[in-house]
Amino acid sequence: MKARFFCIMAAVAMAVPGLAMAEAESYEIDTSHSFIQFRIQHLGYSWLYGAFNTFDGMFQLDRDNPENSSIEVKIDTASVDSNHAERDKHLRDDDFLEVEVYPEASFTSTSLLLNEDGRSGVMTGDLTLRGVTKSIEIDVSMVGEGDDPWGGYRAGFEGSTVLTLKDFNVKQDLGPASAQVEMILSIEGIRQ
Amino acid sequence: MREVAKVLAWKNDAGGWGRASILLHWLSALLVIGLFVVGNWMTGLAYTDQWYVTAPFLHKSFGLTLFLIMLVRVLWRIGSVTPNPLPSHSRFERTAARLAHVGLYVLLFATMISGYLISTADGRAISVFGLFEVPATISGLPGQEDIAGDFHYYLAVAVMVLAALHALAALKHHFVDRDSTLRRMLGCR
Repeated sequence: MKARFFCIMAAVAMAVPGLAMAEAESYEIDTSHSFIQFRIQHLGYSWLYGAFNTFDGMFQLDRDNPENSSIEVKIDTASVDSNHAERDKHLRDDDFLEVEVYPEASFTSTSLLLNEDGRSGVMTGDLTLRGVTKSIEIDVSMVGEGDDPWGGYRAGFEGSTVLTLKDFNVKQDLGPASAQVEMILSIEGIRQ
Repeated sequence: MREVAKVLAWKNDAGGWGRASILLHWLSALLVIGLFVVGNWMTGLAYTDQWYVTAPFLHKSFGLTLFLIMLVRVLWRIGSVTPNPLPSHSRFERTAARLAHVGLYVLLFATMISGYLISTADGRAISVFGLFEVPATISGLPGQEDIAGDFHYYLAVAVMVLAALHALAALKHHFVDRDSTLRRMLGCR
């Protein structure tokens, strides 16, 4: 009886990871190695860089059907940082992000089209910013993946897209050269 | 008998304010009102406005100038004779005036410090007319520029409310009571 019990337990123990393998792998974004950056033209003469410092999210990698992989990210809009406190204060007020009314921005992927290499493609998803939800496309590519030195498994990606400020009801007009902002995304996740 | 006209002394005496106190008072009054008007106006400027860059620069420069003037003013006030209230002033008037004066000093310093904390929240120094820089001290507190900004706004409004009361009281003394309270601050005893 006792031997039989152990036998069942051993079978269950071996089956569980097997079952997990069949489903998508879940990764938690490691925010200390991830960046949500942006750059926008200043008057058409130079690039101004900034970032959202606080965000979190998860992504799922589907090994059997990679195009079923997905991501969802929530961003604290008040964490905007353009390396100038006075400007950041302005970016948070109602001329730009109006963070008191819209404290959170989010992105939830809806589909992924991979190139032939299987490591890059176009991710489509819903971006909610300033209360406006709009479908956007992000060019994505895998940077790398593998074991880390501390017993975990990591995978990292980069992405880029261009957003038009008016699409998200940003009131401030920064001039014709600055109607759009480029988003530069660098995401690393730890397998759960 | 009318007193023989003579040049007002620099120092205060028991009978009234000296030239230094009068100068400091009206200089800070001018700066306080100017800073409030400019501060309100500049935060609503369009990005392409000619004053978009210059107005905040001047607001900060004049704001720090006011800080220096207020420091001198407080030291001068502590270090010199304070004129006696007019005998016609009631007990209530004396207490109310005292409270308003202390309130104005406290609110002005709080307003200036909160403004300074906005601009130095990222560790940047503040340029004063491009002549020299006032370095940051406290920086990097969570939400510092936003919280300091809220304080700066409401404190400035409070200064204006109290300053308006202060001015109304002075006008009341001049036109209703017909005493020399306001004239003493204008340099004519």
